[in-house]
Amino acid sequence: MSDAGYNYRVVRGFAFSALFWLVIGLIIGLWMAVEMFNPALNITPWLSFGRLRVVHTNGLGLGFGLAGIFATSYYMLQHLTRTPLLFPRLAQAHLYIFNAAIALGALSLFAGMNTTREYGELEWPLDIVVVIFWVMFAINVFGTLIKRNEKQMYISLWYIIGMTVAIAILYIVNNLEVPVTLFKSYTIYSGANDANVEWWYGHNIVGFIFTFPILAMFYYYLPKSTGLPIYSHRLSIISFWALNFAYLWTGAHHLMLTPLPEWIQTVAMAFSIFLIAPSWGSVVNGYYTLQGNWDQMRTNYLAKFFIAGITFYGLQTLQGPLQGLRTLNAFFHYTDWVVGHVHMGTMGWVTMVISASFYYMIPRINHTELHSIKLANLHFWLILVGQFTWTITMWVAGIQQGAMWKATNPDGSLMYNFLDTVTSLYPYYQLRFAAGVVYFIGILVFVWNLIMTVRQQPQEAR
Amino acid sequence: MGITSKPTVFAVLAAAVVLIGTTVTVFIPLLMPSTQPISPYIKPYTAVEQEGRDIYMREGCNNCHTQTVRPLRTEVLRYGEYSKPEEFAYDRPFLWGSRRTGPDLNRVGGKYPDSWHYKHMASPQNMFEKSNMPPYAWLAKNPLDTSNSFKKTSVLGYGYSERDVQQQITQYRTSVTDDNYASKESRDQVTPPELRKELTEMDALIAYLQKLGHDVKNMESKK
Repeated sequence: MSDAGYNYRVVRGFAFSALFWLVIGLIIGLWMAVEMFNPALNITPWLSFGRLRVVHTNGLGLGFGLAGIFATSYYMLQHLTRTPLLFPRLAQAHLYIFNAAIALGALSLFAGMNTTREYGELEWPLDIVVVIFWVMFAINVFGTLIKRNEKQMYISLWYIIGMTVAIAILYIVNNLEVPVTLFKSYTIYSGANDANVEWWYGHNIVGFIFTFPILAMFYYYLPKSTGLPIYSHRLSIISFWALNFAYLWTGAHHLMLTPLPEWIQTVAMAFSIFLIAPSWGSVVNGYYTLQGNWDQMRTNYLAKFFIAGITFYGLQTLQGPLQGLRTLNAFFHYTDWVVGHVHMGTMGWVTMVISASFYYMIPRINHTELHSIKLANLHFWLILVGQFTWTITMWVAGIQQGAMWKATNPDGSLMYNFLDTVTSLYPYYQLRFAAGVVYFIGILVFVWNLIMTVRQQPQEAR
Repeated sequence: MGITSKPTVFAVLAAAVVLIGTTVTVFIPLLMPSTQPISPYIKPYTAVEQEGRDIYMREGCNNCHTQTVRPLRTEVLRYGEYSKPEEFAYDRPFLWGSRRTGPDLNRVGGKYPDSWHYKHMASPQNMFEKSNMPPYAWLAKNPLDTSNSFKKTSVLGYGYSERDVQQQITQYRTSVTDDNYASKESRDQVTPPELRKELTEMDALIAYLQKLGHDVKNMESKK
């Protein structure tokens, strides 16, 4: 407790949970990166690639991503409403249940309890726990909002509300399943319908976890850390509602040229192109906020993180819709190109913005200064270089594999057997691993910097 | 001033906006028979094939192998006839996948004899030196757990009686443990002696792989 009686204990708890799951998830990622060119690392069943991949995606998406979102949401919620959390004990219980769920989730996925529905792989008992902690979060969000002392809700609060509502719908509809045992269930949907439901979920979980709350952070912490107001309130209103509306139509661009009815694919394609507009609404809003103050890119280390982050968001939201076009999709889908695409979003946009938000927030809730701005700059450059090398390598690998799959001899027969198209990628996989190591070192610097920050003696309470 | 000062109204409105696209592209298609057509040629998995499918899921095979052949010239050349919606009617969940680190498996059934799969599964690197597929030799060392097989097929609505399920299991065990089984030599090589008369997880997984794309061939030839 401090300031106006704001609860920072839960904020700190979630922030350091996020850092913990980030490090674990990245170690698993590095291990898998080596498995891609050296299968000898598949030492035991639970270290085999097929099982590790879901531990990696769930550990980082749900573990790191959600914890970072909860930490910053609880902070923004209190500051933007000028109201302490309505139910601090509930929030503390949320923290414990969340970490227990992620730990059990990781263990169960290691053990092969895997529903295989992408980004929703947890088995049914853990699905219930996820719903429970989501409701606990929502109670505090809406309770605090209703009690608030600040009449107007700022942009960031809209995005938090949007996420809270949409994730609830997505998670419950997608995970309707019939249990067989405690550890095994079958989804209620089948075949093409199951694919359609799952990618509606899979795409929008990205939208409402890796976009909405990250934009909430961007709209709050960018003005806070630069001292500059957001360029256009009106633009942010249009962007918010257009994004909220259009996102849900686009899931089937993950199912181009599959047996799903063509009209669903085509609708998804059209709305994917439409999505460029609201996405770039936020990008433009971010850039114009710095108008006339671009020197902050040199003088303010936080501005660098936010502007690099929103730039990757902008690239991501151009690349995504283009990949969704049927013709381009026929070439790029199922290759490493898409892996590169996803990682630009997560390693670039999401991590950059969460990093800067933590750098702004953690010293303030501890009444200390950041341990070292120099280290924060080092962290920035390491993750920037690591991420860009990583993603560009995968794009090139994807183009090569896509072209090799399609190459034919003059007589019309296939030029390469499948194995050739895999083994020719090993040099890229080695480079990808090296880039991952650079990125990981950057993250270790980040974690170290924050640990050293909270270990300092607090200054006089302001 | 407007909805930005009314959180409850804001939340309800946000949910309504989210549900428009959801209803049109997800909920309505669920009710349309054209989204998941069925065909009399496509039969549900046997209890053993279903156990194999569950092992495929447990090991996350879908993270590297897709199960949809797209209607593209080179893809049909490489894998066979493109995928039809009917053939997935019994797939809960679908296993189309999103990344082809390994080849597509939708039409792998019947492409190789069982012996090929036993050898390949036990050590992909013995067959293809530079393959990056994890070895799965240990699947042949795990006896197949069939204690929930009947429950699974009833949840999935395959319409088998408990006796049908027992029969399917016994029948498959008899066929792979028979001395005249065409792939006996390879199976014995990877299966420890004490399990050679039992069903192993590898047996079930191979039964599943051999089923993939099998029924739809009948459907396509009759069209």
